[in-house]
Amino acid sequence: MGEMDTLKKEADGLKTQIETARKAVNDTTMAAVASGVAAAPRIQLKNRKTLKGHLAKIYGLHWSADNRHMVSASQDGKLLIWDTYTGNKVYAVPLKSSWVMSCSMAPSGNLVASGGLDNMCTIVNIKAASPKTIRELDAHEGYLSHSRFLNDSEILTASGDTTCCLWDLETGKQKVVYKSHVGDCMCLAMSPDQNTFISGACDSSAKLWDIRDGGCKQTFIGHTSDINAIAFFPSGTAIITGSDDCTLKMYDLRADQEVNGYQDAALNAGVTSVSLSSSGRLVFAGYDNFNCNIWDSLKAEKVGVLSGHDNRVSCIGVPDDGLGICTGSWDSFLKIWN
Amino acid sequence: MSTNNNIAQARKLVEQLRIEAGIERIKVSKAAADLMSYCEQHARNDPLLVGVPTSENPFKDKKPCIIL
Repeated sequence: MGEMDTLKKEADGLKTQIETARKAVNDTTMAAVASGVAAAPRIQLKNRKTLKGHLAKIYGLHWSADNRHMVSASQDGKLLIWDTYTGNKVYAVPLKSSWVMSCSMAPSGNLVASGGLDNMCTIVNIKAASPKTIRELDAHEGYLSHSRFLNDSEILTASGDTTCCLWDLETGKQKVVYKSHVGDCMCLAMSPDQNTFISGACDSSAKLWDIRDGGCKQTFIGHTSDINAIAFFPSGTAIITGSDDCTLKMYDLRADQEVNGYQDAALNAGVTSVSLSSSGRLVFAGYDNFNCNIWDSLKAEKVGVLSGHDNRVSCIGVPDDGLGICTGSWDSFLKIWN
Repeated sequence: MSTNNNIAQARKLVEQLRIEAGIERIKVSKAAADLMSYCEQHARNDPLLVGVPTSENPFKDKKPCIIL
């Protein structure tokens, strides 16, 4: 037998081993366990603010750690930083490339990052006299789909080149490259303790990584199409993924498997974005069909809907204090609800 | 030389699968119970679940009242 054949046989054997080990601990379903808990109330949130200012599709939004400011990115070639309490724009950052796919704000509020089809992650200091580009992180070989700051000197990026990367902002160089996905990386999320992060990709899998050593610790399968959105459950022990296959899934990290699925036969729109309420009980998911559905994370029932956008909901976010939720859309508006 | 690349990739995949096969797993019953317990513990402090009183809602527009 050639070496390729031996390796393939070994890989298949290991995959079977993993499936068997997962089945061995699969002693019940979340539905059964959650049958004893009271149903979540019907959730009816009001649109409190509509942030108008972008002139084209919005592709990304990210709340500041101060729960009040937010950065949004649009293919009109701008990042806008908003004061969500007043609805006013505080800063406007013109982008070199208008083909932006994501944006993020550092926990300090000093820096914002953006990137997209230019394959770069551009870091801007918004607290300087006027917004100043301090770094152009330029080593990915594919589009930049997502980014998240750890602090003012480190940022994680996900790319269409199938890798994720941790960058040193002092040097502008890659510190760690996370290689294992075999499809474009579309999204990432950091664990509450910042020791690990999760990524979702066009290979239909989600992966859990050790931030410091670059190793992939676990791989979660089951989706049948691109994973566009990913989030940690607030305890850090489970993750939620949203996919072009029109479903969301919850995977438990310690049981190493899918424990819940959120789908509806009537829904035939892909999931673009996902965010959880502060207790983890509510899952907010943006879809291609202009709506945002609200799911009970435990009972997997739909408990509400946010409608009001005239085009695809492309991004969502809940601030750290959990006081509201913001949806961003291809209709160029951001809406805040609670 | 693409054969060498294929073999290198196949070796990496086997290495990765070995790591993933070797982890400890807890029972789904325990995992699900812990998630439920987390939700229950934090429910009353979840503004989107229990609602935000108008006086404490930072996003609510403060419109002045007009007495007609």
